Amino acid sequence: MKQLPAPSDDLRDYLPAIEPERQVSDWGRSERVEGLLDRTIYDFLYHYWFRCEVEGVGHVPADGGALLVSNHSGALPPDATMILKAVKEEHPRPRPVHLTVEHFFKGNPLFSMLVPKIGGVPAHPANVQRLLYDEGQLVLVFPEGRKGTEKLYKDRYRLRRFGRGGFVEAAMRAQVPIVPIALVGAEESMPVFAQIGALQRLTGLLYFPVTPTFPHLGLLGFLGYLPAKFRIRFLEPIPTDQWGAEPWHDRGLVQGVADDIRGRIQEELHEMLAKRTSVWFG
Amino acid sequence: MRVLVTGISSFWGGRLAQALERDPSIEVIVGVSPEDPTCELERTEYVRVGTQHALLRRIVQAAQIDTVVDSRLIVDSTTASARAAHEANVIGTMNILAACSGPDSPVRKFVFKSTAHYYGCEQDDPAYFTERMQRPHPPRTGLERDIVEAEKAVTSFAERNTGVTVTALRFVNGLGPELKTAHASLFSLPVVPSILGFDPRYQFIHEDDIVGVLEHAVREDLPGIYNAAGDGVLVLSEVASLLGKPLAPLLPPWGTALALEPLKLLGVQVPPEMRSQLRFGRGVDNRKLKAAGVPLRYTTRETVQAYAEHLRVAAIKRDAGEPYRYEREVEEFLRYSPSVRRSSDAPAKLQG
Repeated sequence: MKQLPAPSDDLRDYLPAIEPERQVSDWGRSERVEGLLDRTIYDFLYHYWFRCEVEGVGHVPADGGALLVSNHSGALPPDATMILKAVKEEHPRPRPVHLTVEHFFKGNPLFSMLVPKIGGVPAHPANVQRLLYDEGQLVLVFPEGRKGTEKLYKDRYRLRRFGRGGFVEAAMRAQVPIVPIALVGAEESMPVFAQIGALQRLTGLLYFPVTPTFPHLGLLGFLGYLPAKFRIRFLEPIPTDQWGAEPWHDRGLVQGVADDIRGRIQEELHEMLAKRTSVWFG
Repeated sequence: MRVLVTGISSFWGGRLAQALERDPSIEVIVGVSPEDPTCELERTEYVRVGTQHALLRRIVQAAQIDTVVDSRLIVDSTTASARAAHEANVIGTMNILAACSGPDSPVRKFVFKSTAHYYGCEQDDPAYFTERMQRPHPPRTGLERDIVEAEKAVTSFAERNTGVTVTALRFVNGLGPELKTAHASLFSLPVVPSILGFDPRYQFIHEDDIVGVLEHAVREDLPGIYNAAGDGVLVLSEVASLLGKPLAPLLPPWGTALALEPLKLLGVQVPPEMRSQLRFGRGVDNRKLKAAGVPLRYTTRETVQAYAEHLRVAAIKRDAGEPYRYEREVEEFLRYSPSVRRSSDAPAKLQG
C-alpha cells in the first residue's frame, strides 16, 4: 500500500476556504439581503420601535462557537432578529448569529427563499454541530420552538417545555458554552389571542393566530408589531466541558441541565417583569 | 497495474481511460460497454459486452485484471427507461461484483462511481450530508431506489472480500464543457428557470475533477465511501448570476412536473431527482475526500464560472470539429496490423 501524505485527523482543517467575492455563504445567507433588511426594517425596529435595551452582551464569547438560548414569543417572533441585531450593535466584536428554524420553512415557498438569506438554518443536529464545532459560529436556538410562539397572551412569560434537551446535547457534543438569554417585550409586541385550527389546516402554515392586526389586515397584519419596550439580558455562560468526556450519554444530566437553564431564564424573566413599570416604556 | 473500466462509452469511463493511458506503469486498460466508445482511445482495448457476469469473469481472469473501475451507473433517469436503468444499476452492478469475487479472483481493487442522489433531497435533510448519514426517508423514485440497492451490493461485496480495496465515490452534479447533463442543458437556456419561492443550495464538481478523483482512486488506496464535490455551496440565484443569466422563477411550486413539460420542446428534460433538487437543494461534506489527499482543482464556484466561460464561446465554436465516431476496423488496424509502425516510448499519433 502506498503511503498517503499524513492526513490530519481533524476535519476542521479541511473546511472550504472563504471566497471573498461571494456575497452568499455556503449556508445560503446573503449579505446583500440581510444588509438591506438591516438598514430598513431591523434598524428602525431596534432603535425606535422596540427601543431595545441590552445587558450583559459581553457574555457572548468574542470567538469560537457558542449556543445562545432564549425564550420565544410573538406570532411572527421579533425576538430572533432583535437578538441578532443586539449582538451586531452592542458586542465589541460583532459576529453573525445563525438562527435555527423549523424544517417547515425550507419546504414552504412563502419562506424558503427568504429565511436562509437572513440567517435561518434548519434545526438539524448535524447543522448545529457543524456551525458550532467545525465553524465556531454563534447559533441561536429557541428550545420552546413553536410551542412558544403559538401560546396565547394569557400564558405570556410562562416558558413552555424546553424540547427534549436536544440543545444541551448539541452544545455538549460541540464543546461550546451555552449563553441563556431572557427577553422581555416580545410577548406584548404581537400577542396571540386565539388559534384557529381549521384555517391552519387550510393554509398549511405552522399555526393560524389571531393578533391585534391579523388576519383582518391580511398579510400586512403580520408586520404590525405593537411598540412594546424590549429588554434583552444575556446571562452568565454555562460551560459544557465541566462534566467529563461525552456527557451527553447521560440523559438524566442532559435533561437536568436543560431544566436548569429553563429555570434560570424563567427566574430572570420574573425579576425583569417585577421591575418593569410599563409595557410600552419599560 | 491492469485495469478494467466498465461503461467506457460514458463520458467518465472514456475520459478516465484517456487519463490512465498516459501512465506507462498501467500495463493494460480494457474498456467494456454495450455501446461504442465516444472518445478517442489509443491503447485501451475495447470489448463490446454488457454486464453478463460469465463473460466479464472470463475477461477479468484472462487479462488478470487487478483493478476494476465501475463507471457505468445511470444517474439521470431521462437517459434510459426505468427498466433499463434498473437492469444497469442493480443487476449490472450485481453481475460485475460477481465477476470480481471468488477465491481465485485476481481483482485487488474495486472503484465504484456512485452519486449523491443516494441521499435524495428532502425538506428535513441536513445542510451537509456526511458519508455515514442515511437519507431521512425511503427513496422516492425508482432510480434512487436502484442506486441505494446498488450501493448496498457494493458494501456487502466489501464486507465479504476483505482482501479487495473497495472505494465508492458519491459524486455531486458534474458540470463542464464536455459533460451533457440535465443541469447543463438547463443552464444553457437564455434564463435559468427556477421554482417560485425556492432558491436551492447546489454543489458541482468539474468534469476534470471527476476524472481526477477516479484516477486518484485507481492509483492510491482509498478504502471506504467518499463524497466527491467541489468546495463551497452556491444557491441557484448565485449560479444564475455567475452564468450571467437572469433567474426566472417560472415554475410553480405546485404541479411543477406539469409545468416542466413545455421545457421538453427546448430539449431540457428534467428528471424527478432534479425536480426535488430544484426545490430543496443538497449539500454534501467533502472533507473526508480532501483529508484523504485527493486533489480538487475547482471549487463549486469556479466550476460554474468555467462552465459560463464555455457557454459564452460555445455558440462561436459550434462547428469546430466532427464528433468522434468509433470505427472498429480502423481501431483494430491501428492496434494490431503489422503494417503500423509502433515505437514503445513515443507512440505515433493515431487518427480516429
